Amino acid sequence: MAQDNKNNSYGGAREQADARKASRRPARPPRLPWWARELVRFALLMAATSFVTFALVSLSPIDPVQANVGQAAYASMTPERRAEMAAYWGADTPLLERYAAWAAGALTGNLGLSLRFNAPVTEVIAQRAASSLALMATAWVLAGVIGLALGVAAGACRDRLPDRLVRAYCYLISATPTFWLAMVALMVFAVMLGWFPLGFSAPIGAAASSVTLADRAYHLVLPALVLSVTGVANIALHTREKVVDVLQSDYARFARTRGEGTWAVVRRHGLRNLVMPALTLQFASISEIFGGSVLVEQVFSYPGLGQAAVTAGLGGDAPLLVGIALASAALVFAGNLAANVLYGVVDPRVRGGASHAVR
Amino acid sequence: MEVERNVREVSVAEKSRRASECADAAGEPKGTALAPAGKHARAARASGAQAAANPGVLPAAEAPRAAHRAHVDAERHHHHTHAAGSHHPGGHHLLSVEHLSVSFTLYDPAAPFFSAPRVESRVINDLSLSVHAGEILAVVGASGSGKTLLADAILGLYEPNSRVTGTIWFDGARQDAAGLQALRGHGISLVPQSVTNLDPLMRVGRQIVGNARGEERRRRTERMRELMAAYGLPPEIERLYPHELSGGMARRVLLLCALIDQPRLIVADEPTPGLDLDLAVRAVSDLRRFADEGGGVLLITHDIELALRVADRVAVFRDGAVVEETARENFDAPELLEHPFSRALWHAMPEHDFDDAPAC
Repeated sequence: MAQDNKNNSYGGAREQADARKASRRPARPPRLPWWARELVRFALLMAATSFVTFALVSLSPIDPVQANVGQAAYASMTPERRAEMAAYWGADTPLLERYAAWAAGALTGNLGLSLRFNAPVTEVIAQRAASSLALMATAWVLAGVIGLALGVAAGACRDRLPDRLVRAYCYLISATPTFWLAMVALMVFAVMLGWFPLGFSAPIGAAASSVTLADRAYHLVLPALVLSVTGVANIALHTREKVVDVLQSDYARFARTRGEGTWAVVRRHGLRNLVMPALTLQFASISEIFGGSVLVEQVFSYPGLGQAAVTAGLGGDAPLLVGIALASAALVFAGNLAANVLYGVVDPRVRGGASHAVR
Repeated sequence: MEVERNVREVSVAEKSRRASECADAAGEPKGTALAPAGKHARAARASGAQAAANPGVLPAAEAPRAAHRAHVDAERHHHHTHAAGSHHPGGHHLLSVEHLSVSFTLYDPAAPFFSAPRVESRVINDLSLSVHAGEILAVVGASGSGKTLLADAILGLYEPNSRVTGTIWFDGARQDAAGLQALRGHGISLVPQSVTNLDPLMRVGRQIVGNARGEERRRRTERMRELMAAYGLPPEIERLYPHELSGGMARRVLLLCALIDQPRLIVADEPTPGLDLDLAVRAVSDLRRFADEGGGVLLITHDIELALRVADRVAVFRDGAVVEETARENFDAPELLEHPFSRALWHAMPEHDFDDAPAC
C-alpha cells in the first residue's frame, strides 16, 4: 500500500508535466472527452478487481463448506448433505462459470447474496459502510490536518529540534504495525486507564434504538485516533520533503533576497505550492486508511467494512468479498479522480495551459 | 562576516604567489596610462609583497580605514581604476567587497565513501571589488566558476556548510551578516537569471508588490503600475501567472521586483541567459537606465562582449578572485591591461587575433 501511495504522489508531478507538454504540442486527433475516458477506466478497474478477487477466493485453500459449517458438524454430515452444501457455496462450479454468472447479475445491479450473512451483498455493505465511513473520514481528516501541520513545521525548521522530533515520531510510527498499535492503545486507554470503551460501535447490550450519537462518537474516538496516528507519519514525511524542496527552490531564494523571512516564504509561497502535493497525498492516503481500517476494526471489534472483509475472506464468501473489494476500489478511484479534478481548479498551469498567454 | 586574520593572510600569500608565477610566465605587467601609481596602489602592492615575503605580517586595518577616505577620481585605489563616470558621493564606494573568501566544508569526493574525511573547498578566494554609484561594474568569469556565490555573499545568503570571511561595506558602513540580511530589499536588490525565480502559482502582480499589507501594499501596488507603464509592460500582465509570460516580459518582471524596493544597488546575476549579444545589450539597457539615474549595478556575467558593450568597468573573475578591475576603455588595447589573464581574455575575443594567448 505504501508503494501504491508513492506512485500516486509522483504521478501528480508527472501529470502536470504531461499537461504542460500537451499544451505545446500541435493539435492531435480527437480523443474521448475526459469524463468518458475516466468512465472507461472505471469500468476496467471494476472488471479487473472483481475477477482477481474471484480468482483469489477460488484459489484459497479454505473450503467454504468446512469453514462455515464447522468441523464437528461437517464430520457428522451425510455425503448428500455435503454435496448440497457444496452446491450452495458454489464450490463445485468452475471459476469462469461462476464469475460469468456473477458478472451477469452485477451488470443488472445485483451483486449477489452474501452466503455468510445470508443477505444481499449491497445491503450488508450499505449497513457496514455507514459506521466504517464515519471512522475512516474522521481518521482521514485528522491525519491530513495533523500531518500537514507537522510536515510544514519540520520542513521549515529543517535539521533543527522540531524537525528531528517529527522525523523520529514518523519513522517510529511507520515501523509500527497498525494492529499492534491498536492493541497497545486498547490496553493503555481502555483497560488500564478506562477512558474509552473496549470495542464495538455502541454500548454492549444496549438496544439499537437507545444508542445515541454521542455513544457512537465515544466509541469512534480511539479507533479513529489509532488510524490517524499511522496516517500522520506518511503525510508528514512527504509534506516535509516538499517543504524542503520549496524552500530550496529558486523562487524561495529570490523571495528571501527581497527581504522575506523563512516564515514569510512558507506562508506566501510554501503553502501555495504545497496545496497540490498535499491534495495528492490526502486522496492517495484513502487507500491506506482503508487498509488500516481492516486491521483496526478487527482489533476494536468495530462492525465496519474492514471487519466484514475479514469475515468474508476467512469464510470463503466470494460475493461479499468481491462486493467489498469493488466498494473500496471505487472509493480509491473516486479519491484519485477528485485529486485530478482539483489540480485543474488549483493549478493555473493545468487549468488553462498557455492558451491565453499574452505574447 | 568577522575577518579571520589567519585565513586572510594565508589566502593573500597564496594569491601573490600565483600572481608572481603568472608574471614570471608572461613577463612583468606594465603600468597603464589610466592608472598612475597613487598612494593606495603603492600601499596595496607593498602589502601584497610583504605578505608574500612574510605571511605573518599584514596591515589588516589599512583597507577598511581607506574606504572612508575621499579619492581623487582617476587615482588607483582599492585595487581598481576608474571609468570616466565613476565618482564617490559621500566620499565612499556604494559597495566595497574586500578580501572575500567563501569555502565549503564537504566530504572528500576522491576518498572512499565511508572513510571520506571532511575537506574545505574554497570557491571564492580573497576577492575584492567596488561598485560606485552611477555605474555598471561587470564581473566577468567562466560559467560555473562561483560567480553566483559572490551574489549570495553580498546578499547575506549563506549555506550552512559554508564559511565566509572578508569585509563588505555598503554605502560607507561596514556590514555583518545581519546587516546584509537587513539590506535585502532595503538597499540591495537582486535581479535573478530566469523565470524560475517567480513563484509558479502566484499572479505576477502580487509577486512584484511583494510581501506587504494594508497601506504599504496599496502604495506599492500604485508604484508597480507606474513602473509597469514606464518599462512598457501592459497592465493586464498583473493578472498572469509566470508561465504565461514571454521571456522578455519575465526579465522585466524580475527587474521590476527589484526596482519596486527602490534599491541603491542592483546585483544582476546572469540576467540575459540564452540571448544573443544584441538582444542581451537591449535587455541590459534597463539596468543602464537605473545606473544613469544614480544607482549602482553589479552585473555578473560570463559574456565578456556583453560586459564591454554595457559596463563602465569590468572586473575579471578567475579562480575565485578578481584579477583585474578596470575601466572598459582599457580593453581597447591589450597594452592597457595589467594582468596577463585579462590580456589573454582580450586575445581570445573573436574580433581580436584569437590566437596564442599566453597560457596563464
